[in-house]
Amino acid sequence: MENWRRHPLVFWAMGLPGTVWLIVFFLLPLGFVWLMSFGEKRGIVDIAITGTLENYLRAFDPVYLGILFKTVRISLIVTILCIVIGYPVAYVIAFSSKRVRTWLLLAIILPFWINMLIRTYALIAVFRTRGYVNFALAWLYDTVGLDVLFGPFQPLSMLYNEFAVIFGIVYVFLPFAVLPMYAAIERLDRSLLEAAADLGASPSRTFFSVTLPLTRSGITSAILLVFIPALGSFLIPELLGGPNAYMLGNVIAAQFKKANDWPFGAALSFLLMYATFAVLAIRSLLVGRASTEREEIR
Amino acid sequence: MSILPFFPRRADKTGGPLLLPGRAWWLKGLTALTLMILHAPIVVMMIFSFNDSRRNVVWHGFTTKYYIQALHDPALLEALVNSLTIAFVSTFLSLIVGAVTALMLWRFRFPGKGAFEGAMALPLVVPDICMGVAMMVFFATIGWPVHMPWPLSLSNIIAAHVAFSFPFVTVIVRARLAHFKREWEEAARDLGAGEWRVLVDIMLPFLKPALVAGALLAFTLSLDDFVVTFFTSGPETVTLPVKIYSMVRFSVTPKVNAASTILILLTVVATLIATRLQRPEETARAEMAAQGGQEP
Repeated sequence: MENWRRHPLVFWAMGLPGTVWLIVFFLLPLGFVWLMSFGEKRGIVDIAITGTLENYLRAFDPVYLGILFKTVRISLIVTILCIVIGYPVAYVIAFSSKRVRTWLLLAIILPFWINMLIRTYALIAVFRTRGYVNFALAWLYDTVGLDVLFGPFQPLSMLYNEFAVIFGIVYVFLPFAVLPMYAAIERLDRSLLEAAADLGASPSRTFFSVTLPLTRSGITSAILLVFIPALGSFLIPELLGGPNAYMLGNVIAAQFKKANDWPFGAALSFLLMYATFAVLAIRSLLVGRASTEREEIR
Repeated sequence: MSILPFFPRRADKTGGPLLLPGRAWWLKGLTALTLMILHAPIVVMMIFSFNDSRRNVVWHGFTTKYYIQALHDPALLEALVNSLTIAFVSTFLSLIVGAVTALMLWRFRFPGKGAFEGAMALPLVVPDICMGVAMMVFFATIGWPVHMPWPLSLSNIIAAHVAFSFPFVTVIVRARLAHFKREWEEAARDLGAGEWRVLVDIMLPFLKPALVAGALLAFTLSLDDFVVTFFTSGPETVTLPVKIYSMVRFSVTPKVNAASTILILLTVVATLIATRLQRPEETARAEMAAQGGQEP
C-alpha cells in the first residue's frame, strides 16, 4: 500500500466520487433527520430546530413504548424461529452429497432473487379468508362431515395479527439464517465427529458438545442477519399485520406520511438506528472476547 | 436412545450413517417440508397468474389474458419502464463509483481511512426505513426539483439507489483485489504503462468477474427495492414494486400475480445472464489450472 501523497491526483480521482456520493446522498440526509429529531413542528411544513428532547421523551410514552417492546419481542421470536427452523436445514444441506447439495443450495438462494414485496404478497393469497389454507381446511371439514355436526365451516382469520407478521418475517428471512449456518457446518472438521463417536459419545452428546459449539459463529451471524432487519421491518407488518400488529417501522412511516409529524418520526428512526448499532456493538464485543479467549488457550 | 436423535442410532460401527449424520430420515423430511413451505406460495402465485378466474382460489383453466391486461395497462407499463431505467442507470453509476472506491481503498494509505471504511459500511447496516425517510426529508428540504422531464424526474430515486448499492460493489471488488498480485501491475509499469493503461489493460480484465457480480447485485437491489423508493418517489415516478404495492393494498387479483411474475422473471433473467458472463472466465481459469498454470 502506498501513501496517498505519492500520487495525490490519482488518489483524489479515485476517492472523490465515492466520498461525495456517500456524504451528499447518505450522510447528509441522515444528518438532516438527526437535526430534525431535535426540532419542533410549527405549522404544516414549518419545522424549527430548537434542540428540544421532546420527541425522544414522547417515544417513551406508554403507547409508543408498547410498540417498541412489541417490535423487540417480535424480532426475538422471529430470530429464534429462524435459527431453530434453519439449523436442521443447514445441517442437512451440509451433510448431503455434492449433487444434491447444489440443488438444495439453489433452493435456498432462489428466494433472494425474488422481491420481498412479492413474497409477502404471495403469503396474503395463502392466508386470507378466502385463501388456500382456509380453502383446504374447508374442504377437509366438509369431507370429514363436520359441517353436519357443527354447522358450516368458519374460515380462520390468519391475517392482520401478530401471527401473520411473525410468519411473514420468518418466511422472508429464513434463507438469510440458513446460509451462514450452512457455511459454518460445512467447515466443521468431520473427523471430530468420528472421534466423539469413537470415544463413546452418544449422538446427542456429540451434537451438543462438538457440533453446536463449533458452529456457534454461524449461528451468531444468522442471529444478526435476521434480528437487525426484523427490528426495522416495515413492509411485512404493513401488509400482513395491519394496525393491530404495527411495528416501529410502521410508526416511523406513519409519522412521515399520514401523521405528518416529521420531528417525532425522525427521533423514532434514530432510536431504531441506535438499537441496530447497539446490536452490532454487542456482537463485536462478543467476537472480541471470544478471540482473546482463544489467544489465552494458545 | 438419546433424547434428541440427531444421528441415527449407533447400530453400525463401520461408520456409515454416523459419518453422515445429516441423513437421518426425519431431518431430511423436516428440510423438505421447510423448503416446500418456502417455495409453495411463490409457485402457486405464478401458476394462478394463468388462472382463468377472478376469484383466484380454484383453477378454472389456462389463460394469458392477465398478462395481456397487465402489459396493456399504461400505469403498470410506465412503472416497468421506470424500474428498468432506474436499475440500469443506478447499476452503471454504482459500478463506476463502487469499483473506483475499492481501488482507492486497496491502493492507498491515508489518514482517516478507518473512519472512511466505517462510513462506507453504514449503508449496509442502516435499516431501509431509516434510509427511506432520510431521503424523503433530504430531497424535500433541499428542494430537489420535482417536475422535470421524464428521465431526469427519476434522478432522486437513482441517487438514492446508488447510495445503497455502491458500497456493496466496493465490498465485492475489494474481495477480488485481495487476490491481485502487485507484480502484475509492477511488470506493466516497468514496461512503460501509465495509470490509465494499467487500469484498462491490467485491472479491468482481472476485476471482470467481480464487476459482473457487483453489477448483478446492484441491478437486483435497485429493481427490487421498495422501501427507499416508496419514500423517494412522487406520484409521477412510480416504480414496479411501488405500483404492485398499491395494487396489493386493494386486493389479490390475477393481474397482480401477472405483474409480480414479470418482475420475478426480470430478476431471474438478469441473474442467468450474469452467470453466463462469468462462466467463460471460470472455464479459462479451470483450463489454466489443468495445464499446471498458476491460478490468479
